[in-house]
Amino acid sequence: MLEIRGLSAAIEDKPILQGVDLTVPQGEVHAIMGPNGSGKSTLAYVLSGREDYVVTGGTATFDGHDLLAMAPEERAATGVFLAFQYPVELPGVGNANFLRTALNAQRRSRGESELDAVQFLKMARTETKRLEMPDDMLRRNVNVGFSGGEKKRNEVLQMAILRPRLAILDETDSGLDIDALRIVADGVNALRGPDFSALVITHYQRLLEHIVPDRVHVLAGGRIVRSGGPELAHELEAKGYAGMVAEAV
Amino acid sequence: MSSATQALDTVQSVTQSGYKWGWETEIEMDLAPKGLNEDTIRLISARKEEPAWLLEWRLKAFAAWQQMTEPQWARVEHAPIDYQDLHYYAAPKRKPGLKSLDEVDPELLRTYEKLGIPLKERAILAGVDPASVEGGSQIAVDAVFDSVSVATTFRETLKKAGVIFCPISEAVRDHPDLVQQYIGSVVPVSDNFFAALNSAVFTDGSFVYVPKGVRCPMELSTYFRINARSTGQFERTLIIAEAGSYVSYLEGCTAPMRDENQLHAAVVELVAHDDAQIKYSTVQNWYPGDAEGRGGIYNFVTKRGACRGARSKISWTQVETGSAITWKYPSCVLHGDDSVGEFYSVAVTNNRQQADTGTKMIHIGRNTKSTIVSKGISAGRSNNTYRGMVRILPMAAGARNYTQCDSLLIGDQCGAHTVPYIESRNPTAKVEHEATTSKIADDQLFYCRQRGLSEEDAVNLIVNGFCKDVLKELPMEFAVEAQKLLAVSLEGSVG
Repeated sequence: MLEIRGLSAAIEDKPILQGVDLTVPQGEVHAIMGPNGSGKSTLAYVLSGREDYVVTGGTATFDGHDLLAMAPEERAATGVFLAFQYPVELPGVGNANFLRTALNAQRRSRGESELDAVQFLKMARTETKRLEMPDDMLRRNVNVGFSGGEKKRNEVLQMAILRPRLAILDETDSGLDIDALRIVADGVNALRGPDFSALVITHYQRLLEHIVPDRVHVLAGGRIVRSGGPELAHELEAKGYAGMVAEAV
Repeated sequence: MSSATQALDTVQSVTQSGYKWGWETEIEMDLAPKGLNEDTIRLISARKEEPAWLLEWRLKAFAAWQQMTEPQWARVEHAPIDYQDLHYYAAPKRKPGLKSLDEVDPELLRTYEKLGIPLKERAILAGVDPASVEGGSQIAVDAVFDSVSVATTFRETLKKAGVIFCPISEAVRDHPDLVQQYIGSVVPVSDNFFAALNSAVFTDGSFVYVPKGVRCPMELSTYFRINARSTGQFERTLIIAEAGSYVSYLEGCTAPMRDENQLHAAVVELVAHDDAQIKYSTVQNWYPGDAEGRGGIYNFVTKRGACRGARSKISWTQVETGSAITWKYPSCVLHGDDSVGEFYSVAVTNNRQQADTGTKMIHIGRNTKSTIVSKGISAGRSNNTYRGMVRILPMAAGARNYTQCDSLLIGDQCGAHTVPYIESRNPTAKVEHEATTSKIADDQLFYCRQRGLSEEDAVNLIVNGFCKDVLKELPMEFAVEAQKLLAVSLEGSVG
């Protein structure tokens, strides 16, 4: 279970999050929606440990672990995965090698045995196939020369292979055509179960037709201003953020 | 604090503990008195029981050297070197008449065991799983300790194939005609200050001769170890590949950690005849000095290959992680029509290290081709310069060169510099040069760490990716070693 209490954070002395309260029970998928600049990506980065953000108050725990006290790689080993809004290129680093190194680092840290190259490739190929991605996705260098859509799909492939317990998807739907959107959504839905929870950050209701959330939260001005069921996304689509944000303030 | 700044801090806090080869062997030495004059040279020549022509050759080099001054054009700085304050000959005392490997001083055998270079003929480098090289590549080793070769393995096996692999001092004795014909033919005695010095005082090094049409049945390697204090190491290597032959050769080197700077001024000459191929790989791991720049080896080396024959090919691959200062430009003189020169380089500098390294490709024959791939990695407060020359002479119709120079910076207190010299005197020649400079970005580190990699592993992965085009040119066993070495050299930042 992810529990966020009064979380505030700033970047370069500029406050962004101003007391976020949010609980995502185990097994649930919650959506975070909100206008540009409301702090959605900041929330994703703060939860995953990006160092440019300074936490100025509040707490965030996942299954009792104090996330804010942990290094990014420790959070990853605990099961926190961030699907990046802008996935990063790693020239010369093969995707398969990258993922196996990452997976084994996580497994080592959890005291599990490492996978050898053969075991890993077998597992990775199963996932690529299931996500309808070409095999050469694993051979190519991490995100180098990938189209925007391919990068997002690669994030989902990484998620499928690393099997997180909490996935944070930071606008994974942006820039995707409808087929890619379906593949991304299938990837998330396939992981849904009692041991998986997710925070789906999105601008648009479109993604939430494919990944139906248990709860929807609206983030504005660095705070959660409204929460509700999936129907809240439809309301937002109809009324826009402006009305709702004004109402809340 | 950003990840990159933190990586930098760890780089800067790296102490000598990162260098694992810094211990010293206690062994009784035969040392020449300090100082350099004609008597020193006569003494070296006498110790080695050399023929008169070689002594004359040395003295000629010495006379030339005395007229020369140290080159100043490289982007390196060091206090003046007192050439009179060095021992020019240092050899472990050994019982006379030792013939087989079993008779090598056990202390020396232990030294090389500890370095991971077994002098017993099982020939697998330490850290390499024997299963991974099973049935295939055995490696012959020539072990040079200070001024002398102490053992050379697999000589009998090589002899059956007609390949000569021995210390150069022995080649002078047993194959004088070959040595006299080729020595100084690629790097003339007065080529440059350090080459002239080497020609005057060189002590040992390896000699390789591969006869016509022979593919050398195993990798050859020389392992250089500087051990004695206040000595310079001046080795000389000569490799001759006759028409249609092939040889792959690798050298490695380490030295104890000391406060003093020690001079290593080697000369390597390669000669490839028609259709011959020489692949020369270096993993240079001399002591780099401590984090504040105290101590470390001055690695001032002249390496040149002559592609004399048509369709001959010489490939230099170097992974340079050690030395306080590296000054070397492994080059190819492409005489033969359709001959090919290649230079693949990874140079890493950390702390206060300085590297000024690159290559020269001299195109003389028609349709000669050269490829240069240089990867420079700078961390700490180090300076890393690529200096390369491509010269196309008027006869070299259809010559081609492709140069790619990439620099990677870790932190913001280091420097990367690219200095290409291009000179084309034939209008049909094509020369391409590409250069990039990048930093390990915070977002790359964070991306890797978010996936579960430690910061060290992340930098490692990024650096290895950056160097991949060069590392894949190394013989497989050594590529593994080189990757580990990269990790150690940038320990803290680059794992």
